Amino acid sequence: MSQDLKDQTPARVVEHYVDPTPFNPAVAEDLTPEQERYYQASQWKIMWWKFKRHKPAVWSAYILLIFYLCVPFAEVIAPYDANSRNADYLYAPPQRVHLFHEGSFVGPFVYGMSSEIDLETVQWVFTEDRSDVQRIRFFCRGEEYKFWGLFDADFHLFCPAEGGALYLLGTDRLGRDQLSGLVYGARLSLTVGLVGVTISIVLGLFFGGIAGYFGGILDNLIQRLIEIMRSLPELPLWMALSAALPVTWGPVSIYFGLTIILGLLDWPGLARAVRSKLLSLREEEYAKAAVLMGAKPQRVITRHLLPGFTSHIIASATLSIPAMILGETALSFLNLGLRRPAVSWGVLLNEAQDITIVTIYPWLMAPVIPIIIVVLAFNFLGDGLRDAADPYK
Amino acid sequence: MLYYILRRLLLMIPTLLVISLLIFFIIELPTGDYITNQIAALRAIGEEASIAKLEFLRKEFSLDKPFFERYLIWIGLWPGPHGLDGLIQGNWGWSFEFDKPVEQVVGPTLPLTIVLNFATILFVYIVSFPIGIYSATRQYSWGDYGFTLLGYIGLATPNFLLALLLLYGFNRWFGMSIGGLMDPQYIDQPWSVDKMLSVLAHLIVPTIVIGTSGTAAMIRRLRANLLDELHKQYVTTGRAKGLKENQLLVKYPLRMAINPFIADIGNLIPSLVSGSVIVSVVMSLPTVGPVLLSALQSQDQFLSGFILLFVAVLTLIGMLISDLLLAVLDPRIRLGGRAAS
Repeated sequence: MSQDLKDQTPARVVEHYVDPTPFNPAVAEDLTPEQERYYQASQWKIMWWKFKRHKPAVWSAYILLIFYLCVPFAEVIAPYDANSRNADYLYAPPQRVHLFHEGSFVGPFVYGMSSEIDLETVQWVFTEDRSDVQRIRFFCRGEEYKFWGLFDADFHLFCPAEGGALYLLGTDRLGRDQLSGLVYGARLSLTVGLVGVTISIVLGLFFGGIAGYFGGILDNLIQRLIEIMRSLPELPLWMALSAALPVTWGPVSIYFGLTIILGLLDWPGLARAVRSKLLSLREEEYAKAAVLMGAKPQRVITRHLLPGFTSHIIASATLSIPAMILGETALSFLNLGLRRPAVSWGVLLNEAQDITIVTIYPWLMAPVIPIIIVVLAFNFLGDGLRDAADPYK
Repeated sequence: MLYYILRRLLLMIPTLLVISLLIFFIIELPTGDYITNQIAALRAIGEEASIAKLEFLRKEFSLDKPFFERYLIWIGLWPGPHGLDGLIQGNWGWSFEFDKPVEQVVGPTLPLTIVLNFATILFVYIVSFPIGIYSATRQYSWGDYGFTLLGYIGLATPNFLLALLLLYGFNRWFGMSIGGLMDPQYIDQPWSVDKMLSVLAHLIVPTIVIGTSGTAAMIRRLRANLLDELHKQYVTTGRAKGLKENQLLVKYPLRMAINPFIADIGNLIPSLVSGSVIVSVVMSLPTVGPVLLSALQSQDQFLSGFILLFVAVLTLIGMLISDLLLAVLDPRIRLGGRAAS
């Protein structure tokens, strides 16, 4: 036995070693600077970090930012007014932007167009005049407008050459510029969702808050109401409600009427989310502690419960904005929503209602593209926000 | 099970009452009614003769009564000028614009509306089920990425715009008209095999158009549900025991993932019905959609009210079917316990 042990002892004995630096017994609990930064950051900061990691959402935010720039600066960005007509260019096709004229560089320019009526098909035929070079001017003075309806100005980001025409996305049946229509249309189409969502958040917070905080019969009643509202097809009701808007109303009243209609039917989803969040947060230890320490309901709700789900509300609100944008578009498309002189993407699409016209003048469908991009961007942004809303997961 | 069905059906009665009240309220919102507007118009051009007739009509349809009485008369719980004669008794009301009973105006469009919605739901099921399973079992494959991308685009493209684009594309590149329900030569012809085929061919495009966003949503849900299940321990156990991949998938995780799938279809039905209304308008399909639009524009209140109610009932029935299916699949629900989502 002892013989065996002797055989197994290693030939080289490891030297005894003591580390001279003092030993910190709490080393396992020490944090790296990075961890420390994370644990000390506020909830919103962590959400921001998490959101930044969601690349499609960040890109969508940039894209939306660009689109929303059209809202305050529509007059400057658009080369024409959305309703100014040009009888010489009815149903003009989109012009192509060229850089080189006969081999030499001129900068961005378009060729002039001359129109002729084809008596057989009764259509305007546009031919490019290859000798008429119309350079696009930048940061220039062009058509006059009233900036925000307040003061006169004529400054544009870009405008057609003096005496020339510039229709990059073509014109409609009255010779109105499509591109300018899109830029002005963004103003209404993009804000409809924001105003509508605000209404829906207010209603959702109110009903969801009552149901979640007080419970009992009130909760039951609101729950049933939410269920019924959610089981109704939205669009036919939107149609009926907007058909009820008086014809005599001006564009501004119609616009606010529409946003209220869109918000009125959207709140049940939010209310349900608020209610379930409130119910679960009410049971949390910190909420109980606050109640035990004598906090009044108002303080409990605003200081302790609300911060717990604001992020969720923002995320789900973002996800319901595209539905509202589409709702407005659909209603205006069907002649039930906004009408000229108000311009939105749905109003522009109204021109594309007749399929025979669209096959001849396909550029009338141009508003489809920004609508799809914006809706897609809002969906990605909402996804990113939803993932970031629960930063501790 | 019988008890569950019975309870579920009884629950629909108060729901229907609330919905009909809401709808009646909405169609009564515009100032005045069809006949008062007509009278005002006739007064304006100085024609007094027809006014008496219109006044008679106003009485006939009890438009001069207060709101709640009119509502009760409309649904048939209160005696009107002709006794109890409302929706419950099978009188759907009178269309002022067409000067015909509502029944005759919308009657021909109802079957197609039902067929179209049913076909769409079927399409959503049939397409999203295999694709969802494929995407989940082959996560991060090229196919999965492709379907995810398609799904996002499908979700973002509103169906009436998709209808517009398809109409344009078919017209442009195939010289084909896909609007309407059948080829023009079959209109007013007696029913034949060729006519049936033509109708079916014309149903395909609207079904796809209406169903696309729903399908995209369902694929995403099924994929997420199934992925959650696939990462659970029992799957690993099954695999360790030597179960074949396919058998394993069908036997456990799929059965778990299918419940929320069916419940979600129920939640999807309202938006599908919404879609069918506007797509029908764009593609000029003879469903209730275009009739509703014109009725709303001309304030033909009984007609629009009936269509709104019909659409709502259609949705409710769809949700009922999906609830019943769920009860068949999941004993926890039909035994009245709490459903796991």
